[in-house]
Amino acid sequence: MPKARQSGEAEHTGIFLDFFYRLKDSKVPVSLSEWMTLVEGLALGLHGSSLIGFYSLSRSLLVKDEAYFDEFDRVFAEHFEGVVDLSAIEKDVFEWLENPIQPYQLDPALRKVLDSVDVERLRELFEERLREQTERHNGGNRWIGTGGTSPFGHGGYHPGGIRVGGQGRFGSAVQVAAARRFREHRHDLVLDTRQLSVALRKLRALRRSGLADELDIDGTIDKTAREAGELELVFRPERRNDLRLLLAMDVGGSMEPYRHLVDLLFSAAHAARHFKRFEHVYFHNCVYGEVYQDALFREAISTQRLIEQLDADTRLVLVGDAYMYPGELTDRYGAIQWEDRNETPGYVWLERLVTRFKHSAWINPMSSRMWHAPSVRLIRNLYPMVELTIEGIESLAGELGK
Amino acid sequence: MNKDFDRFSGTSHYITSPELRHSVNVAAALGRPLLVKGEPGTGKTLLAYAIAEDLGLELISWNVKSTSKAIEGLYVYDTVQRLQDSRFGDKDISDIRQYIKLGPLGKALTSNEQVVLLIDEIDKADLEFPNDLLHELDMMEFVVVETGDRHVAKQRPIVIVTSNSEKELPDAFLRRCVFHFIQFPDRDLMARIIGVHHPDIAKKLLDQCLQKFYYIRELAGLRKRPSTSELIDWIGALIQAGISPAEVSKAIPFLGTLIKRKEDLEIVEQGGRPANRQRGVWP
Repeated sequence: MPKARQSGEAEHTGIFLDFFYRLKDSKVPVSLSEWMTLVEGLALGLHGSSLIGFYSLSRSLLVKDEAYFDEFDRVFAEHFEGVVDLSAIEKDVFEWLENPIQPYQLDPALRKVLDSVDVERLRELFEERLREQTERHNGGNRWIGTGGTSPFGHGGYHPGGIRVGGQGRFGSAVQVAAARRFREHRHDLVLDTRQLSVALRKLRALRRSGLADELDIDGTIDKTAREAGELELVFRPERRNDLRLLLAMDVGGSMEPYRHLVDLLFSAAHAARHFKRFEHVYFHNCVYGEVYQDALFREAISTQRLIEQLDADTRLVLVGDAYMYPGELTDRYGAIQWEDRNETPGYVWLERLVTRFKHSAWINPMSSRMWHAPSVRLIRNLYPMVELTIEGIESLAGELGK
Repeated sequence: MNKDFDRFSGTSHYITSPELRHSVNVAAALGRPLLVKGEPGTGKTLLAYAIAEDLGLELISWNVKSTSKAIEGLYVYDTVQRLQDSRFGDKDISDIRQYIKLGPLGKALTSNEQVVLLIDEIDKADLEFPNDLLHELDMMEFVVVETGDRHVAKQRPIVIVTSNSEKELPDAFLRRCVFHFIQFPDRDLMARIIGVHHPDIAKKLLDQCLQKFYYIRELAGLRKRPSTSELIDWIGALIQAGISPAEVSKAIPFLGTLIKRKEDLEIVEQGGRPANRQRGVWP
């Protein structure tokens, strides 16, 4: 690459240019203009001719989001000392954590067993297993085991557990970088309510409403002219978000492992005060004739009434793994709760909802790699499906804005 | 290294990490805005005050609101006033300049001395807000369109921008900033911070408080983890009430000063996320 060499700066750039490309390769968004600023800083001697100085300087100028601090630290450590690459080991672990579920097949035989079991007893068993699992961490009975601590065990696992490299406060730069103190800020691992709210903010539909307190210049000119120059001020309301949101959440059963995630999503949506109206209901596996206003399924509300009550331009968002025995979708009396005895198959209800609400989408907490199941495919015929991740929620805005 | 570089070194009541001091000095040396992010209560806003105090500069602060517009930071042309004044012909309205009111950024750029400009909570405003300031913050100059007056900063102000990550900031804006993320203080730093606010605190009480505080912060499932300012208030209350370290070790007196949400209180009382929350139990 031909370089216009200038005296003084050239040595710095030469040494560190590889580092720049390495950062780029690792998907840390660094731009040329930021690099030039760094070169400028180096020329001014802001790094104090030390590696730790360079570490601080380059991080503050190149990385503008704490989500990338961790990756920066990793690249820095790797580039400047060839510190053992910890992330290769971690990648495996995280993959495992992301996909703990071996989705269980609800074959008729199993369902028969399930139906015959006393629900209370089943729950006790479930919790018992869950406790066992926490202690042993791995293995254990498959379908309960997955519901255990695994995907959300991040907390236990990652910020505390894997903090390899120690907390060297301000030792050598490589040590500091290798400590990787910013791991918990990575976007691909952590979802918190705040990030979710930020993502949810993208859902908006601005309309003028409320108090008229914004000066309408065009209106004022028009009115004043009509009044033959007698000043007449015209005000208009500000633009506000006019979005109505209906969140329908699948709880219990195969959703158990995602409970914490759905909880987060719910509280983020609930706390986001920018919706004109926010409603939420619960269902189990699929929507049938009734949905519930509480997660304990005590207060039922008829789905038909819900459809009639809410505005057609309410944004409907369903949250669920969409993972079930296809018959639960397509069959009369297909509901997993056999006492539901649904006359209308779930699929028809889903169809009715999607026809009523012009904008709808399905958020699936399961990784999209597992969306090949028949029931998921069926539902995707009706609803655009996104993952329950920050990126997923952000793309929701596009799906719902259409 | 440049002699003037290490200008900011923290003040007697604002304790900083070496990394933060470095970032401030880099921003000042390069004449670029310093973007500060971090958990609430880590002292993002106070940083600007501390810099102003330490360097003996005037502080101009601009508290951004959801309705703020970038142009308001530069100046506001009070058209309504001028129109009103024009109605009865008793005032001279030919000089537009008297209706131009400088905003915080406008003041910072026209000041004869170097100032510290705090743009607080920039993420509260509209998504496009930071982009509208790019040119002004880059060149440190602006033009009053109505009069054609061009103002160039005689001394580049030290600009501190804080964000709570409510909205993502545009890339173009980010590229021009120096970025610093204030990490939540660890025990040692926290002990020093408390020492500034409660200089007479007994070591034993301090240790006990810190232990409880970090224990609560680590509890799973908290919606809002207590922050530095809440810890300082809490310790203040404990000292006022003359509570002994032994009592703190047994229970958590005045828990309400640390934890403000009802759900969180329950979690703390139960020592972690309840095993069986109401939501999502088997039907």
